[in-house]
Amino acid sequence: MTFEPKIVGFLCNWCSYTGADLAGTSRIHYAPNVSVIRVMCSARIDPTFVLKALADGADGVLICGCHPGDCHYTEGNYKMMRRFPLLKKLLADYGIENDRVRLEWVSASEGQRFADVVNDMTERVRALGPSPVKMDLATDMAER
Amino acid sequence: MADKKLQLAIYWGAACGGCDVSILDTNEFILDVDKAADVRLWPIAADGKYADVEAMDDGELDVTIMSGGVRNSENEHIAKLLRQKSKIFVAYGSCAYMGGIPALANLVPRDEIFTRAYLDNPSIEPGNQTIPKPETKVNGYDLNIPDFYKRVYKLDQVIDVDYYVPGCPPQPDQCKAAILALVAALTGQADPPPKGAVVGAFERNLCDDCEREKSEKKISRFYRPWEIMQDPKQCLMEQGILCAGSATRSGCGVRCPNSGIPCRGCYGPAPNVLDQGAKLLSAVSSIIDSQDPAEIDEILETLPDFTSFANRYGVAASLLQRSHRQ
Repeated sequence: MTFEPKIVGFLCNWCSYTGADLAGTSRIHYAPNVSVIRVMCSARIDPTFVLKALADGADGVLICGCHPGDCHYTEGNYKMMRRFPLLKKLLADYGIENDRVRLEWVSASEGQRFADVVNDMTERVRALGPSPVKMDLATDMAER
Repeated sequence: MADKKLQLAIYWGAACGGCDVSILDTNEFILDVDKAADVRLWPIAADGKYADVEAMDDGELDVTIMSGGVRNSENEHIAKLLRQKSKIFVAYGSCAYMGGIPALANLVPRDEIFTRAYLDNPSIEPGNQTIPKPETKVNGYDLNIPDFYKRVYKLDQVIDVDYYVPGCPPQPDQCKAAILALVAALTGQADPPPKGAVVGAFERNLCDDCEREKSEKKISRFYRPWEIMQDPKQCLMEQGILCAGSATRSGCGVRCPNSGIPCRGCYGPAPNVLDQGAKLLSAVSSIIDSQDPAEIDEILETLPDFTSFANRYGVAASLLQRSHRQ
């Protein structure tokens, strides 16, 4: 059986979730690997969410928000923009590959772009293979 | 006090011994403890053999206070043994509670630790390529040392823990308060704290108790404490000095920020926080004063080794627990 990545997608309500919706209503075919969680703003995505998703077995995490300057709450996406590079540093120190966690700006009119991002990310995570995190933590407890 | 003395064991796993010293730092109170309790095992201060513990009945000890996490097979064996013999098991100090400083090594695989410590190290005699093994034969005798595990575990990843006392080390007055609470519970004078409770600390954030003045925070670069003349009254984070207080539980008496040293987070995550490092990451990045990705990267360059700072005492307790490098 080929490996199908499980990717958790956190999408902001105003731009990216609507963009994903547009991809659907436009009947664009794209990879079914992203399980979407709608949040009100990309600023709502606590780094804890990303770590928890990885610890619980996600192979990748996709974060999408409004383009800089277009935030429904004026500057929520800038908070995510500042948080993300530090989060990537932390993930690298924990040995998580770069392509497993990704931030993209997707507007409400970019249905095609959302589909492209999902397809691209799915292929990159597929190339990496399953995330070792959940299995590592389980084997740690079974054999020291 | 009941006529039978309390049966007490104090033990250390992967720890530095500072926690034991913090118990002694309760000064004359330790004499009251000695009056009320039989110390059955305390490697740093009293005699007591593992065989004596093995000979005890299950539940014969009233309380075991253990500092340190589990790095090797000896730590695990004795932790499990003491758990079996004790009515109440207390994880004492940051290492027992969250893995502590030794758990920083979880960010590196075991092979690399051995290579660095025993092979590729400037202080090693040239040509000496000896890595200690759990079993060795010397002059026909079997020599055993504990098995070095692939990572550090916090205590409750190995045994069932009743109470936690955080701190590196726990402050002596908090240590005293925790011991008194346990004695009161064991002698029926008070209800025991709920199982799993963090005792000897508060249910609030360190910043709630910090008296430094706090206002809007906007940082255009971070400073190591020695790089800047600090304002003794202003919030350290506002001055660009990385401080873990915003993600940390209060209970220490704000000793570090009060003396001009940023909080290192030894009292562990603030109440209801799942991952202390992630929360600190969120707090730190929120104060960066820029909306330009290149400038944000530049500002973050002034934060060397953020991961180890944010998880200084809690890699084993963080959500990812260790490096997953393949």
